[in-house]
Amino acid sequence: MSSAPSVHSLWMTAAGPRDKIPTPHIEYGQLSPVLIVVGAAVLGILVEAFLPRRQRYAAQLFVSVVSLAAAFAAVIALAAGDYGTSKAHVAAMGAIAVDGPALFLQGTILLVSLVAVFTFAERRLDPQTHGNRVDSFAAQPAAVPGGEAEEAAVRAGFTSTEVFPLLLFAVAGMLVFPAANDLLTLFVALEVFSLPLYILCALARRHRLLSQESAVKYFLLGAFSSAFLLFGIALLYGYAGTVTYSGIADVVDGQVSRVDPALAQTMGNDALLLIGGAMVLVGLLFKVGAVPFHMWTPDVYQGAPTPVTGFMAAATKVAAFGALLRLLYVVLPGLRWDWRPVLWGVAILTMLGGAVVAITQTDVKRLLAYSSIAHAGFILAGVIATNKDGVSSVLFYLAAYSFVTLGAFAVVTLVRDAGGEATQLSKWAGLGRRSPLVAAVFAVFLLAFAGIPLTSGFAGKFAVFKAAAEGGAGPLVVVGVIASAVAAFFYIRVIVLMFFNEPKADGPTVAVPSALTTSAIGIGVAVTLVLGVAPQYFLDLASQAGVFVR
Amino acid sequence: MNPVNYLYLASLLFTIGAAGVLLRRNAIVVFMCVELMLNACNLAFVAFSRLHGNLDGQIVAFFTMVVAAAEVVVGLAIIVTVFRSRHSASVDDASLMKL
Repeated sequence: MSSAPSVHSLWMTAAGPRDKIPTPHIEYGQLSPVLIVVGAAVLGILVEAFLPRRQRYAAQLFVSVVSLAAAFAAVIALAAGDYGTSKAHVAAMGAIAVDGPALFLQGTILLVSLVAVFTFAERRLDPQTHGNRVDSFAAQPAAVPGGEAEEAAVRAGFTSTEVFPLLLFAVAGMLVFPAANDLLTLFVALEVFSLPLYILCALARRHRLLSQESAVKYFLLGAFSSAFLLFGIALLYGYAGTVTYSGIADVVDGQVSRVDPALAQTMGNDALLLIGGAMVLVGLLFKVGAVPFHMWTPDVYQGAPTPVTGFMAAATKVAAFGALLRLLYVVLPGLRWDWRPVLWGVAILTMLGGAVVAITQTDVKRLLAYSSIAHAGFILAGVIATNKDGVSSVLFYLAAYSFVTLGAFAVVTLVRDAGGEATQLSKWAGLGRRSPLVAAVFAVFLLAFAGIPLTSGFAGKFAVFKAAAEGGAGPLVVVGVIASAVAAFFYIRVIVLMFFNEPKADGPTVAVPSALTTSAIGIGVAVTLVLGVAPQYFLDLASQAGVFVR
Repeated sequence: MNPVNYLYLASLLFTIGAAGVLLRRNAIVVFMCVELMLNACNLAFVAFSRLHGNLDGQIVAFFTMVVAAAEVVVGLAIIVTVFRSRHSASVDDASLMKL
């Protein structure tokens, strides 16, 4: 561009009299799920500041559970008030969409987080230290592992009750993420849920070096990917002259009625649109954990405290796929001939990569991490469908998958030896002989991961593959079925290991949990079986919710 | 001066930052490179804002600064705890979980 670009008159008249800025109109009622969770998180900080240590645990647990339940009730009330269907619209001056997919995903995230709070609060698994019950989080996370300060903190019975407000802040970000209706809100929501997760990863009570290492890796790679997302946002803004989803979509479709002379220069520039769109996709695919942006997943899942891993694996995936769906279906539908081939490649790599590498894993948490990568590939197949069934099947799959994941990681917290959780797969040999119930529950979760009929995994996979086939992605479905077969091999191998191998003499013991973890696992099993045996009601719900507002 | 030149500068800074993240071995330097990438984004936002003649880009730049500050708080906290327990901030030393 050699000629000097024309500059808008705004810059010349900045010193003159200006129009009054109108007061923003915020629909507080429709944003109440987010507001309740943010309020509770701030309240949690105040609890940390002002209550004596002994009372904090009960107060934090109460605040977290009540606020998440209240936020879920608010989502239900909004859905009952037809905000998911006929009254769907864009609230808060165009920043947040209140529509079917947003409400469905927010409801899922809130329920998953409620169950995750139960696993966070579990205090019966670790043996008592100095007469104090302890949870999975470090006594004093700032203290050097094995140092004097840590010893003193453990002796004094400190616990990190800060994890509850951190969890609530992360949940608040996740609630906004799939509902964000402009790119700025998307970026801020991404950071609001990522930053607390980075900290939570570093807080494990046992294996603190591993935990800190996972936090560093997650933080550096997460910050790297969010920088890509932000530069992509900058390029899309440069292309369209706005950051709102509908505004960008209009420019992509060429439906702008009056073209600004300043905008005309960049609007025709497809390089900005393609590179910008690709960079935003990179940022979102990183959070989803899709190959080739999956390198962080196994290390972070293995090193983070297991309750955090479960929460992260379940809720982050729901939020990130919600944002990905909205971006592809609302902002870039006019570009689908460009992004579909790319996502085909990513989905095939993700399904096969996750499933094949999982076979070689020897650690339960790493195994589940690679399985979550493979599942991200299956969900991407539904995203690629680009039809209405694609949206609803992805919504259903996310709801089904998140409870299975949470339940599976909750079971991992129970199997312990002297060093904490026994995550080495070889130690799980013969677990079915020693504690048939725990092994059977884990087997149910593994069968659901594998997609065996009568579990939620089968209903979800069937819905996603059906939508993909109807959307013209037949070859992708074939690859998906092959990857499922490969994945079924290692899930079944774990079941065989648990039930048909002799238990070792120095094998792990199964800790008896309190009602908290028991109910978390119970809810996981119940949702898995109900969604597997009678999925129709929930499929209908997802299909009612499957329309994005613009 | 032609505002498009600022976009070239922004992409250059972003590339330098990205290359630094991939090549440098000290966690603090890697993190500084990430901050460089964020600042490159800010420059791009402000330059586009000037090109388009609307203020959206400048507002995004403000938000980015706040987010970057929050990220520094969390990032430095994590890197410092790791340094205290390992006496090293090298990202190559953090390899307990490699297969």
